[in-house]
Amino acid sequence: MTSVSTVIDSENRDEIAPVSAGDRDGPQDGFKETVGDIYHPRPRLTCRNVDVCYDNGAAHAIRNVSLDIGEMEVLAMIGPSGCGKSTFLRCLNRMNDTIDGCEVTGSIRLDGEEIYSKDLDVVPLRARVGMVFQKPNPFPKSIYENVAYGPRIHGLAANKAELDEVVESSLKRAALWGEVCDRLHQPGTGLSGGQQQRLCIARAIAVSPEVILMDEPCSALDPIATAKVEELIDELRKRYTIVIVTHSMQQAARVSQRTAYFHLGNLVEMDETDRIFTDPQHQLTEDYITGRFG
Amino acid sequence: MTNETQRTIDIVHAGLRKRYARERRFRLMGLMAISLGLLFVSILFLDISLKGYTAFQQTYLRLQVYYDPSIIDPAGTTRHDDLAFADYAALVKQSLRTVFPDVTDRQDKRELYKLASPGAGQALARRVLADPSVIGNREEIWVLANDDVDMLAKGKIDRDAPEDVRRLDDRALAWIDRLEQRGDIRKQFNTGFFSSGDSRQPEQAGIAGALMGSFYTLLLTLLMSFPLAVGTAVYLEEFAPRNRLTDLIEVNINNLAAVPSIIFGLLGLAVFINFFGVPRSTPLVGALVLTLMTLPTIIIASRSALKSVPPSIREAALAVGASPLQTQIHHVLPLAMPGMLTGTIIGMAQALGETAPLLMIGMIAFIVDVPQGVTDPATVLPVQIFLWADSPERAFVERTSAAIMVLLAFLVAMNLLAVLLRRRFERRW
Repeated sequence: MTSVSTVIDSENRDEIAPVSAGDRDGPQDGFKETVGDIYHPRPRLTCRNVDVCYDNGAAHAIRNVSLDIGEMEVLAMIGPSGCGKSTFLRCLNRMNDTIDGCEVTGSIRLDGEEIYSKDLDVVPLRARVGMVFQKPNPFPKSIYENVAYGPRIHGLAANKAELDEVVESSLKRAALWGEVCDRLHQPGTGLSGGQQQRLCIARAIAVSPEVILMDEPCSALDPIATAKVEELIDELRKRYTIVIVTHSMQQAARVSQRTAYFHLGNLVEMDETDRIFTDPQHQLTEDYITGRFG
Repeated sequence: MTNETQRTIDIVHAGLRKRYARERRFRLMGLMAISLGLLFVSILFLDISLKGYTAFQQTYLRLQVYYDPSIIDPAGTTRHDDLAFADYAALVKQSLRTVFPDVTDRQDKRELYKLASPGAGQALARRVLADPSVIGNREEIWVLANDDVDMLAKGKIDRDAPEDVRRLDDRALAWIDRLEQRGDIRKQFNTGFFSSGDSRQPEQAGIAGALMGSFYTLLLTLLMSFPLAVGTAVYLEEFAPRNRLTDLIEVNINNLAAVPSIIFGLLGLAVFINFFGVPRSTPLVGALVLTLMTLPTIIIASRSALKSVPPSIREAALAVGASPLQTQIHHVLPLAMPGMLTGTIIGMAQALGETAPLLMIGMIAFIVDVPQGVTDPATVLPVQIFLWADSPERAFVERTSAAIMVLLAFLVAMNLLAVLLRRRFERRW
């Protein structure tokens, strides 16, 4: 496999055109090339020819994926279990670094800056690209401490009053303030599942990231909590770029502007959400969204 | 269909009795095991307490002492050095002679003097040095009785035994009886047991030296092994790449945990004492050896504590931009701390009871002085117990048991502290 991360030099989209899948080796399972439109007029994140291998190359999780993630949009990534969408999401803030034997090749740029380059520091990267996980994972500390942790380690608040303000505004933006304002110093783990997930969102937005990655944020939540989180995503879109992995096609249709469909590590189709759900181009996409498989 | 259901239920019912019986048997066996364990522990404790409780009392003699200036300070200098090296035993002898003026034979006199402990003279010396104005005066003072008198007073010498196998002959018994009639013999709380170091005389022997030795040794062991072990565990578990080298290290740590402790003693002798020249018999070298010995235990416990911290916590911290070290210190370590502390306490308890490696590095030496620091020669509680158990004097038996009681109390106190610490850390949800 060849690394292509070095060939890209310019901001110009035509020059950073992805290498087509047909030129590359490996089993493709009836997949030839991504259909639809992977480009965005104002891209924040540009991913080109991304390949991910686990176990030092034994398992090929992502094959030659190229896509743009635009400014202030919600991009939904859908696909059957094991298709690599979570893996791809974790590439975007280099969370895959924590997995032994995981190898990422290709190019991922945040505002034109290669995030997999050797001299990039992951700490500020993760401050810019926040993440919300599938299972709510608040720290076993108080609600206040959960939200204040990020700003505190990055030194975003000069004093206690500022920190209080950051905590309050983050909780408000996460639509949790009203429910927890009188018990900020109680453990975050004592909240309900939906509240915990919103606390995790508040924790992520407290460091004012530019991009928020969400890995099936509602899979452990009931419909009411899900509705709240979806409302929240809609609200957050005004300030942040959001990438969300979801198993629920209704959710993808409700919250996202663009949708990417993954299948066995390939990006099969990517387009405006409306088009994907009304007029899918690829057979695999159509089968999946009509419920014929997956 | 219903027939089939009926049959299934019948089969289940038929087997039910057997299943319940098996369950009852299992429970009974567990109950028996626990009661047996409790029984043995209580027998052990009872035996030790019964043998040892008398050591907390000590027999004293009342003497009328004349602080004779011609003996204490013949030159009249009242200089500290002259006073310190005077023959105070003579004063004790003198006062014993005044109690029994009828004892004139040399041989008899020598036997008579044996009623008081050699410590009696030292007690008089301390009295005089503290207040030299008593010289020339007459004073009533309680001094330590000899261990045989003590044993007799505690009923551990059989008066009816034939004279030639008895520790005290008939003369001595008569003297003691007379002293007792005059009210000159009494038992009081044995403060000396807790305040003095070891001695060849059982009545003067105390555990203060061993207690301080154990304290210094354990303190140093804790200070050295805990940070080292936690650091090792965190590095190996969280930062080190998984490769052949770290596998090798891991296997070796597990092997070290099973190495007989005397080997560590030999290592300490060869490396710390002979090569690095650490002073022998000191808490310092003892702690170094015990650190080596407890490290594997604490490392293994700490690693399993780190493993049990859910990875989602690490991901959460990393995802908000915490550096790996911040992730560890702010989130992973606090959660792993209770488990690490448990491992540490197990290691410390092991170190507290360890004798074999300390024999190799000279901590078995007979040391009278209570150590004042980590480089003073010292011994530790288990070694002291070993030494006393080896002594022929009857009075060392009760002291051995008493020292065991103190060691157990020390252990219980340490475990209690660990439980308290653990609870404090666990309260952070």
